[in-house]
Amino acid sequence: MRINCPHCGPRDRREFTYQGDALALDRPDPEAGPDVWNDYIHNRDNPAGPTRELWYHETGCAAWLVVTRDTVTHDIHAVELASAVKGAGK
Amino acid sequence: MRFSALKIIREGLTGNKGWTPHWRDPEPKSEYDAIVIGGGGHGLSTAYYLAKNHGMTNIAVLEKGYLGGGNVGRNTTIVRANYFLPGNSEFYSHSLKLWEGLEEDLNYNVMHSQRGIINLFHSDGQRDAAARRGNAMINQGDDAILLDREGVRKMLPYLDFDNARFPIYGGLYHPRGGTARHDAVAWGYARGADQRGVDLIQNCEVTGIDIENGKVTGVQTTRGAIRAKKVGMVVAGRSGQVAAMAGMRLPIESHVLQAFVTEGLKPVIDHVVTFGMGHFYISQSDKGGLVFGGDIDFYASYAQRGNLPTAEHVIEAGMTLMPMIGKAKMLRSWGGIMDMSPDGSPIIDRTHIEGLYLNTGWCYGGFKAVPASGWCMAHLMATDTPHEVAARYRLDRFETGRGLLDEEGTGSQHNLH
Repeated sequence: MRINCPHCGPRDRREFTYQGDALALDRPDPEAGPDVWNDYIHNRDNPAGPTRELWYHETGCAAWLVVTRDTVTHDIHAVELASAVKGAGK
Repeated sequence: MRFSALKIIREGLTGNKGWTPHWRDPEPKSEYDAIVIGGGGHGLSTAYYLAKNHGMTNIAVLEKGYLGGGNVGRNTTIVRANYFLPGNSEFYSHSLKLWEGLEEDLNYNVMHSQRGIINLFHSDGQRDAAARRGNAMINQGDDAILLDREGVRKMLPYLDFDNARFPIYGGLYHPRGGTARHDAVAWGYARGADQRGVDLIQNCEVTGIDIENGKVTGVQTTRGAIRAKKVGMVVAGRSGQVAAMAGMRLPIESHVLQAFVTEGLKPVIDHVVTFGMGHFYISQSDKGGLVFGGDIDFYASYAQRGNLPTAEHVIEAGMTLMPMIGKAKMLRSWGGIMDMSPDGSPIIDRTHIEGLYLNTGWCYGGFKAVPASGWCMAHLMATDTPHEVAARYRLDRFETGRGLLDEEGTGSQHNLH
């Protein structure tokens, strides 16, 4: 598995650390209540197919990336900088 | 048909013409008293104990593929009861007791072999932790023996004791631990359930769960609608998809866990051995292959195959511990889809929908749990109350933070176990 880092180009999976579902970017309001926070921290769609997830280019440029990846085939469809995704409000 | 040594001899002398299929291949009925979704180890044992312990024989197991085609046929076959936390301890202790009577109970050779497990340690701190775990096991009524370096050397002379980075200080020996023939466990439970009247329906994928006024009324499948007032979801790595049919999101991420086997060798590894400084566990099958595994790949996956970095890591750990295995040729590697929960422990519980029950979150350790998981899931489905040894496997423990079962002490969030 290779991830095409926007800064560094295609790099081996060994350079990256997986964080999990990219919903981590949509942090709820601190006062949103326990149900919303439980959903955010614990519950997952866990799809068999395309999913958006956070990867960290740990031994490369140290950028956080939003990777759109298929959990059935391991194909990677898109790689974006998490900062850009967050900035665009996506 | 009962199996016995006499029967084998008689069949051997008469051309093996008297064997019959181990279970029927029934058409699904339009209604059952209960449905178990998932024909793997846990689903089949659930059906078996529903019939045997609770007299519920008008039930069906719905399997989208073939019986035992998922994780129960894709694991490293280890059976043990060496947990530390209350909640896990009594559950796995119960499971090991069921293993010890399983072959007689099922009249089926599951090749349960109590060859002993040795968890190695490589520092003073790890020795303290092993002693503490061993005491917890003894308090639970199971067996544990703390071995020093020479004690380990007598049993496992082939290890690299003087490894400069990870010298071996000793090991925690669990004599009643061991292995079993994984497929046979599924087949034995399937046969036992079938003999008691359970319909095992293969090639039958559940496509919807029918719910009316907060109560489950049945399921939609690729072989038509089937009504039932009780439905158990026992689908391991596919829990997310099945629960979504009932409008639920679960605290589960599905990850791939790889396993490996070498060519067949003469007997060389007599126990189950685990490395204390890297995730690596190994045993030798009766066919002679060295069967081993390590960590999950650490990314969400349904692929049933992993990537090279994890394979390298596992093999490096193995070579560090027992350099001799470098002489063996690897035959196969494969992956299973683990239902990873935030705290690394399972869930056997009701849901907010009446009559809908959940069995999931087995992480790395589902195989040894097969007997007790089915025992407790059957108890839950039949009586609507949790069994005492699975009483802490609550779905709401993540939300409330009460009763978390974080065996490794790493935290209760995804991707930590």
